[in-house]
Amino acid sequence: MQQDAIPISSILSLLTGDGGNFLGIILLSLQVTITAVTCAGLVGLPLGAGLALVRFPGRTVIIVLVNTMMGFPPVVAGLAIFLLLSRSGPLGDLGLLFTPKAMMIAQFVLVLPIIVALTRQTIEDLWTEYQDHMTSLGAGRLRSIPTLLWDARFSLVTTLLAGLGRASAEVGAILIVGGNIAGFTRTMTTSIALETSKGDLPLAMALGVVLMSLTLVINSLAFGISRVGARFSGKS
Amino acid sequence: MRDTTSMLPLIVRDLRLEMDGRTLLDVPFARIQNRQRNVILGPNGAGKSLFLKTCHGLIPPTSGRIEYTLPVSATEVRRKQAMVFQKPVMLRRSVRANFTHALAMAGVGWYERRRIADETMAQFGLSGLADSPARVLSGGEQQRLAIARAASLGPDLLFLDEPTSSLDPTASRQIEDMLDVLHERGVTLVLTTHDLGLARRFADVIFFFHNGRLIEESDAERFFTQPETEEAKAFLEHRLFW
Amino acid sequence: MLRRTFVTAAASVLVAIGLLSAAEAEDRFITVASTTSTQDSGLFDALLPAFTAKTGIIVKVIAQGTGQALDTARRGDADVVFVHAKAQELKFLEDGFGVKRYPVMYNDFVVVGPKSDPAGIAGGKDVAVALKAIADKKAPFVSRGDKSGTHSAELKLWKAADIDLPAVRGEWYREIGQGMGATLNTANAMAAYTLSDRGTWIAFANKGDLGIVVEGDKKLFNQYGVMLVNPAKFSTVKAEDGQAFIDWLVSPEGQSAIAAYRIDGQQLFFPNANDPNA
Repeated sequence: MQQDAIPISSILSLLTGDGGNFLGIILLSLQVTITAVTCAGLVGLPLGAGLALVRFPGRTVIIVLVNTMMGFPPVVAGLAIFLLLSRSGPLGDLGLLFTPKAMMIAQFVLVLPIIVALTRQTIEDLWTEYQDHMTSLGAGRLRSIPTLLWDARFSLVTTLLAGLGRASAEVGAILIVGGNIAGFTRTMTTSIALETSKGDLPLAMALGVVLMSLTLVINSLAFGISRVGARFSGKS
Repeated sequence: MRDTTSMLPLIVRDLRLEMDGRTLLDVPFARIQNRQRNVILGPNGAGKSLFLKTCHGLIPPTSGRIEYTLPVSATEVRRKQAMVFQKPVMLRRSVRANFTHALAMAGVGWYERRRIADETMAQFGLSGLADSPARVLSGGEQQRLAIARAASLGPDLLFLDEPTSSLDPTASRQIEDMLDVLHERGVTLVLTTHDLGLARRFADVIFFFHNGRLIEESDAERFFTQPETEEAKAFLEHRLFW
Repeated sequence: MLRRTFVTAAASVLVAIGLLSAAEAEDRFITVASTTSTQDSGLFDALLPAFTAKTGIIVKVIAQGTGQALDTARRGDADVVFVHAKAQELKFLEDGFGVKRYPVMYNDFVVVGPKSDPAGIAGGKDVAVALKAIADKKAPFVSRGDKSGTHSAELKLWKAADIDLPAVRGEWYREIGQGMGATLNTANAMAAYTLSDRGTWIAFANKGDLGIVVEGDKKLFNQYGVMLVNPAKFSTVKAEDGQAFIDWLVSPEGQSAIAAYRIDGQQLFFPNANDPNA
């Protein structure tokens, strides 16, 4: 079975041969994923911290819901966003379906619950340590949120990486809302799905290897940065 | 010598703290005098820390009142007092940032924060550690940082929960020196301890707690020579009572 | 201060990557809902650059099953549909979603199966006989099962062979609900028969033990049609540019480009825009 092997040559030809196109796919993947995770972080970190600290009726229900949403099937999320963004849907006038923005929205929706849930847990743990000190300083729960987010920053990097992992590995949702259009909404994962369906398993596998390597690089960088940072702030 | 500008003495009346039907704290009356070194003494589990946290306002009492001599607002009360916890809370930041953060929370402006932080660190010999991460300091250094950080807020009243309990003699000595400096500066100190040595060296007034109740409040000298209650006598004679 | 530098550096790297290709192309483009067979066979990769070079219109292709492609168009999410299931296309026109149907080209279906040939049909010319043999022997058969053009063609072929599929189907008949390529992958893995369009089959790289067992029957004929989505239904439809694409496909230039597309020397699609009955 020659297709079980991953010929180095096919990875090389990917990177050199049809170079421009392939680079575009990588850049689009990075752009979509990083934008989605950045936005989800900007929204999810304060939201998660708020959920950790602010007491209100129905809070437990929301926590359970958010935790459940972590396992939201991407295809369902994709379908829901597809129906929203379709020309016949409520947000059809925005003309976002089959664009990179639609894919960012889908990934944002998938990543947000992860970031909110993990942030809530982290911040809640840190709050038990900081509560007396912050209260003594006259800072209430709301005013403590920036302090807690900043002091939990190295744990929160891991939270963002978990989000990044889900986003970059995702294919179901972005296939539906992006349409896998060559040169516009074709990403690493949808390319892999396409090459698999074309029966070009070596190429699909080679793309998979490239995707894994990229993920590895990003994770190593983030981990390294947070490790070095953590040492400087004396957490380790 | 009554200081008319101070919100002290602080008077505690009929203070009770109950949880799940159990009485954790029962203090019919206590008076914390201005500029005194008040030591709250008692065995473990006597309610010392709870009393401290309740006075500081961290735990709302089930009933009773905590009164200040001057009519002051709650914010002002908060500003004029500070507390150092048994296990000092070290923010995951540099030593300097630990000061500036506390000062920022107290509403001190950007430049003023840095000035006060640097000044305080210089006073208490922490300047050399200014840029070190607070969490890699030794136990003694962390405790000094915590006390200096509380002092930088310029409180009239400073609560300290077991400030020397986990420290070696040298580090304890340094803490006591810091407390002396603060005392001379006119800060009213309230600290808990079960260390009789520290209490003898340090206290002006003793509050003796047993099983959540304040059972003796007297001059330090009198307390150590003529304790009124059996419990206090037992505590002084048999050091292993606790 | 060192850690602040780290954080700042990390943040700026992330933002930079995010913005790197953020400059989105706001070119003239149309969206075409088409079938997996046209994409998986590589036809669009060959056709579209020529059209874009001539007109400056970029064509964005969403490759779906015929049923799904028509549905995408029904929701107003495409400007042009390019599919192969005449009955469904006519229904689409009848419902007022399309303007006019143009025949473009045809290719043909082939029955592929494993070398072991458990139904003993290799080399046959009559698809009805072959399907009967498969059903009789309960030889494994993989069906698209996704309402695509190929799927509806398959169902028509069972009917034409006088086989009551709902009555005879059993474990040997596997509906997988996926595209042509995935279906071929499955057939290969299961050593099963399946129906494929010739274009996807030729371009398919993971043939393994599979080979063509039946071909050349007239009933295996597979006609492609193209339609502009009705601008009267959806004002967002780019009627002018969409029509330009259709006109080009049926023009002599487009037709000869289709005829010229070959893989391994084999012609995949046969232009027939001039056949009014197609």
